[in-house]
Amino acid sequence: MRVNFTVNGRQQEADDVWEGESLLYVLRERMGLPGSKNACEQGECGSCTVRLDGVPVCSCLVAAGQVEGREVVTVEGLADFAKQRAEHGCATRACGTSLQDAQQWEAGPQHSQTGEGAELSPIQQAFIDAGAVQCGFCTPGLLVAADELLERNAEPSDADIREALSGNLCRCTGYEKILDAVRLAAARQEEAV
Amino acid sequence: MPQNTPVATAPAGTPTSISQGSRTKGGIGESTLRPDGTLKVTGEFAYSSDMWHEDMLWGHTLRSTVAHAEIKSIDVSEALATPGVYAVLTYDDLPTEVKNYGLEIQDTPVLAHGKVRHHGEPVALVAADHPETARRAAAKIKIEYVELPLITDEASATAPDAVLVHEGRADHHIGHVPHPNILHRQPIVRGNADEAAERADVIVKGDYTFGMQDQAFLGPESGLAVPSEDGGVELYVATQWLHSDLRQIAPVLGLPEEKVRMTLSGVGGAFGGREDLSMQIHACLLALRTGKPVKIVYNRFESFFGHVHRHPAKLHYEHGATRDGKLTHMKCRIVLDGGAYASASPAVVGNAASLSVGPYVLDDVDIEALALYSNNPPCGAMRGFGAVQACFAYEAQMDKLAAELDMDPVEFRQLNAMEQGTLMPTGQPVDSPAPVAELLRRVKARPLPPEQQWLAAGEEADVRALPGGLSNTTHGEGVVRGVGYAVGIKNVGFSEGFDDYSTARVRMEVVGGEPVVTVHTAMAEVGQGGVTVHAQIARTELGVAQVTIRPADTQVGSAGSTSASRQTYVTGGAVKHTCENVREKVLEIGRRRFGSYHPAWATAELRLEGGKVVTDGGEVLADLVDVLESEAVDLELEWRHRPTEAFDLVTGQGNGHVQYSFAAHRAVVEVDTELGLVKVIELAVAQDVGKALNPLSVVGQIQGGTTQGLGVAVMEEIIVDPKTAKVRNPSFTDYLIPTILDTPTIPVDVLELADDHAPYGLRGVGEAPTLSSTPAVLAAIRNATGLELNRTPVRPEHLTGT
Repeated sequence: MRVNFTVNGRQQEADDVWEGESLLYVLRERMGLPGSKNACEQGECGSCTVRLDGVPVCSCLVAAGQVEGREVVTVEGLADFAKQRAEHGCATRACGTSLQDAQQWEAGPQHSQTGEGAELSPIQQAFIDAGAVQCGFCTPGLLVAADELLERNAEPSDADIREALSGNLCRCTGYEKILDAVRLAAARQEEAV
Repeated sequence: MPQNTPVATAPAGTPTSISQGSRTKGGIGESTLRPDGTLKVTGEFAYSSDMWHEDMLWGHTLRSTVAHAEIKSIDVSEALATPGVYAVLTYDDLPTEVKNYGLEIQDTPVLAHGKVRHHGEPVALVAADHPETARRAAAKIKIEYVELPLITDEASATAPDAVLVHEGRADHHIGHVPHPNILHRQPIVRGNADEAAERADVIVKGDYTFGMQDQAFLGPESGLAVPSEDGGVELYVATQWLHSDLRQIAPVLGLPEEKVRMTLSGVGGAFGGREDLSMQIHACLLALRTGKPVKIVYNRFESFFGHVHRHPAKLHYEHGATRDGKLTHMKCRIVLDGGAYASASPAVVGNAASLSVGPYVLDDVDIEALALYSNNPPCGAMRGFGAVQACFAYEAQMDKLAAELDMDPVEFRQLNAMEQGTLMPTGQPVDSPAPVAELLRRVKARPLPPEQQWLAAGEEADVRALPGGLSNTTHGEGVVRGVGYAVGIKNVGFSEGFDDYSTARVRMEVVGGEPVVTVHTAMAEVGQGGVTVHAQIARTELGVAQVTIRPADTQVGSAGSTSASRQTYVTGGAVKHTCENVREKVLEIGRRRFGSYHPAWATAELRLEGGKVVTDGGEVLADLVDVLESEAVDLELEWRHRPTEAFDLVTGQGNGHVQYSFAAHRAVVEVDTELGLVKVIELAVAQDVGKALNPLSVVGQIQGGTTQGLGVAVMEEIIVDPKTAKVRNPSFTDYLIPTILDTPTIPVDVLELADDHAPYGLRGVGEAPTLSSTPAVLAAIRNATGLELNRTPVRPEHLTGT
């Protein structure tokens, strides 16, 4: 089947999709967006977390066909998404991407191989600064989930952070530095306001 | 179907060099940030499962559904006829006489030959144009099994009529083991435990059980093999040791090692589970057979069968002590279940035996550790490597002894704590700081978290802070608190005479008017931050800001394994050593060019700092840009730590280890005694790291290791059905690892007492915190409940007796 949906503000089309294929498979294998990770395919680990019409979901549990006509944000689009939110007060479907914006979308400037100079969202920068990244396999999903938390709760308590991220497994860090990163991003967000 | 048509283009996701500048000195001791951090937070960092090649096929492994059986027949015809399938391979298709592989003993079949020895053993391979096509085709392969009797524990392994897991063993351990189903046995005898026992006022005995833990790295086994024009293969893979893989892969393929070009792809965690091969040979076989790139990605279910686990263990301990609290003797017997294939079991046995005493002074010991061959899943390396199981048992013993003597458990440990100069049971002196008593003092001195913290936020109980959490099972009724302590000792580096070296290539040149250094090693960056540290070492030694880290591959010499807490020590040591030699070459060039201008070139100690050559007095002699001009200095050198020796097979004596690492934990738990639910409130840790090259990363390692120890204390266990030897919970739904809600605050206290034998005085960091975390949590649960709890992980029914 053919599936049409918006990914990171850009209209996308996937052909020859099997009924059994997940959104995660289509993103990774058909759209060249491998940032969302596959670690359990059961919705237990959260490594494949994306926003679907603004709601964080495990993309491994979403059948690709269910996404027809909807909006998806992945880790690859998180920086742009956060930037738009900061500039327009909203980056979710509620305010939408204008047709003009969508048509003018292009991939970010090709950074050097290091990625240095890339424009990052506050939560992405905080993950680097706080040491919340080790192997990094859980990082994309955690970033999408943490960004969504900060969107709806600018000053989360530790218990709020733990609750919001409880669907995302990390095997490397023991979570302490992930908590640090979310606190740091919240504090920087507060300063910036 | 095209056969052996070469392909040439580089696949998507091929790793590239990573360059990192620094506005500060960016050298050792600073918490510089990961050079791969930006790529990892933007989703651009390519893991092995992200590799992609035009026209690539997907490989799938068919695994045995039974644990021990003869294979009467395999029929692949229907699978092969499936549209979209390019190849189906079985044992009969292996191209050379080398059909087995293994880390130490080559006992593991690439594909099963006439027999399977454990549940999930690879039997056949399929390559197809879609992963689902490959999976469905594999399901059409018909295998006729005739089941054989099962070896599942020590009793069945050594019974008079026991079937042999491996017939006709010819490995180097068979001569000293009491039974062919015992893979390796290491006794250690020192002093006279029987005589010393007569001095004991109290004797404490215990039998302990340690469950099978999984590494549960988040990035499943995966990789891409691309056939190349010269008949060789390019292999992109996530591993812990490229050159060890290479040595095992090439002979099976019938290729010289230089035709198997390996590149480390992004690694999603390892923890020991990537020491053994998984899909490497399989992907290469399929690629060479079809002439197409082949990608294999395990799903989580398969990953549980795709790598070895931590050895489950049965441990018997006897300790004695005098009334005034001095240990008199220790006897122990540690039985590790190695499962169907050897993997790293012999080395795990050596560790379990030599570290079985713990960080204590004990002159009279009688120790035996062994690993079984069985039909259970193969076990091998996991963070802590044999020291973890022992620590769980000896720390339980320490608490029992303290209780018998009516002493404080921390004071009792401190009274018997080893220090620099103490002899190990192997007779080897501990010749660097061993601040065991001090680490315990530090965790004990920390203020305890407030009682009833679930009420901290207001009148209403915050269930998130209670056992059971959001399941809302209690508001504090039936909840009791406990506090427990533990301390452990782990060796660093490969032991028992292994030639444990690393190689580093370092190049210094001027690029764009700036001196830059390129570091190239084969070190597997698995998340630990080795790449960060290499850049720091290069800056410290060569005084530059800009460092480029080349991808790890087999075009440079071996860096050894990212295991045994050794990489910063050994590959870090190799980078330091090579940088020192590059510096000498640079200074030679400087002397040649500028020596006549300033006497200090000949007389002073010279350093490279801030892009300049400076004297030890701080006088600038020249800019590196002017010294080097268009010349590059480029060296590739090996570096080894001091040698070790094998343990005597009868007495266990020998200078077997390189270095030791120590950590202590204090656990605070709350237990819902009615439901048997445990919440760990705080897990404080103190560790001596010798020198923290990157404090942020060091703390991250300590917290991560601590959490894996927490996991095996209260939730993590691979359940193997003793009747069938089948794995019952191969998924993240049924094998639980700690979430952020299960993981408490982990305050870390880092000591830096230099080990003068090691580069910068550093001590390997990664494993020690995994040891003492588990027994500390168990001690706290015992303290809360008064139960004996001789098994880990603790399950609710162990606490409620239901």
